[in-house]
Amino acid sequence: MSMRVELDEPKCVASGQCVMAAPEVFDQREEDGVAIVLDDGPAPELHDGVREAAAICPAAAIHLVER
Amino acid sequence: MSGILARPADGTTPPDRAYPMTRDLTCPLAPPPGLHTARAESPVGRVRIWNGTTPWLITRHADQRALLVDPRVSNDDHEPGFPYVNAHRAAIAHATPPLITNTDAPEHTRLRRMVNAPFLVKRIEAMRPAIQKIVDDLIDTMLDGPKPADLLTALALPVPSLVIAELLGVPYADHDFFQSNSNLVLDSDASADEARRASGALTGYLDTLLGEKLTAPGEDVLSGMGRRVTAGEMTRTEAVHMGVAMLIAGHETTATMISLGTLALLQHPDQLALLRDDDDPRTVAGAVDELLRYLTIVQTGVRRVAKEDISIGDQVIRAGDGIIFDLAAANWDPEAFPEADRLDLRRPARTHQAFGYGPHQCLGQSLARLELQVVYGTLYRRVPTLTLAAPLDQLAFDHTGTTYGVRCLPVTW
Repeated sequence: MSMRVELDEPKCVASGQCVMAAPEVFDQREEDGVAIVLDDGPAPELHDGVREAAAICPAAAIHLVER
Repeated sequence: MSGILARPADGTTPPDRAYPMTRDLTCPLAPPPGLHTARAESPVGRVRIWNGTTPWLITRHADQRALLVDPRVSNDDHEPGFPYVNAHRAAIAHATPPLITNTDAPEHTRLRRMVNAPFLVKRIEAMRPAIQKIVDDLIDTMLDGPKPADLLTALALPVPSLVIAELLGVPYADHDFFQSNSNLVLDSDASADEARRASGALTGYLDTLLGEKLTAPGEDVLSGMGRRVTAGEMTRTEAVHMGVAMLIAGHETTATMISLGTLALLQHPDQLALLRDDDDPRTVAGAVDELLRYLTIVQTGVRRVAKEDISIGDQVIRAGDGIIFDLAAANWDPEAFPEADRLDLRRPARTHQAFGYGPHQCLGQSLARLELQVVYGTLYRRVPTLTLAAPLDQLAFDHTGTTYGVRCLPVTW
């Protein structure tokens, strides 16, 4: 199964929850904490963490396309 | 008016449920039982609040998640239908400048991004050794002192106060001043006058301190905001109000989770044993989220107002209606957390809403999690014989604050 990670940046409130759930896939900009996608096509072993990141994002700013 | 509520035989409209609801005093760690009734009978239903108005109360986890990210749901407390927490908050709403606590996107996004930098997950994580030292030192002092000790004054209050004072750049020596005034601002039992004086005292204090940081900046958050004021990115009033908000939000909440969390664990020895015997950081992190879910200490609800008509379930929330989200109701929703009334440190609890949900979710949550991980991961390992030194039914709980809590927690070992 492949996964594509999309971030709706204007919605991001920089809570950093995605970084806690999937540090291999997300980081935060130094100046304001806005999320950065490090890997928009993460390997299968990272999918659970990414799904958790999407589920707990308080701004619902992470969209996953899985096929 | 909810159509689901049973109507009395005489055909008159039934009284709305009063909110906040009262707890069952024999189950002091559980949310008010009325919340479960509300969730089962009318998950989107009216309640009556202090000023006689009847905003909507949303009690299901899924409904809260949907509405708290809905742009039609506003945090603007200048709107006439806004369901204020108390008379003080109603009185100051129009005098409060735009802050992260009372604005919507895009203004909220601008303000929030202005104050996010110190709370970056990696920056917070870097504070772990310093927080560990604070916790170790306080436990040393407690163990050297007389038994029983009050866990609140020995550990629960000083940990977050020391940390937030350090982070913000506020002298810890002033903690009596900022603690007592914060309590007055948050206590719904305090008169509107008392709350206004306390809030004014904190504002004056932070303004003076900010003035000093403008002349002699340091590496702390207040100095950082001072630099943004100088650069014209933020007004001085915004910086002062943000400082006050962080000071208030940063210590009582975490202190309560330390004391109430310890009390909950002492009531569930099998769960306490998990924390004492397993030092895997993932176990400790999971325990923190489960305790946050189980205790959900914010007891006055997240308050919003509808900007447009919103259909939800079989109800229509009209533009201008107030909306209250009770976080404990969502966190004890069996559809989201099976056997929600059971404290289970191994359950996946990460989707709890103890920090709220949506763009206004707690700014300091990573810091709070870190402080709790250090305390829960240290206290029971270092003091394995820790026990309660008073009967549960003799403890005094705080039913009137924004957050629930225990006023004193005598422990021995």
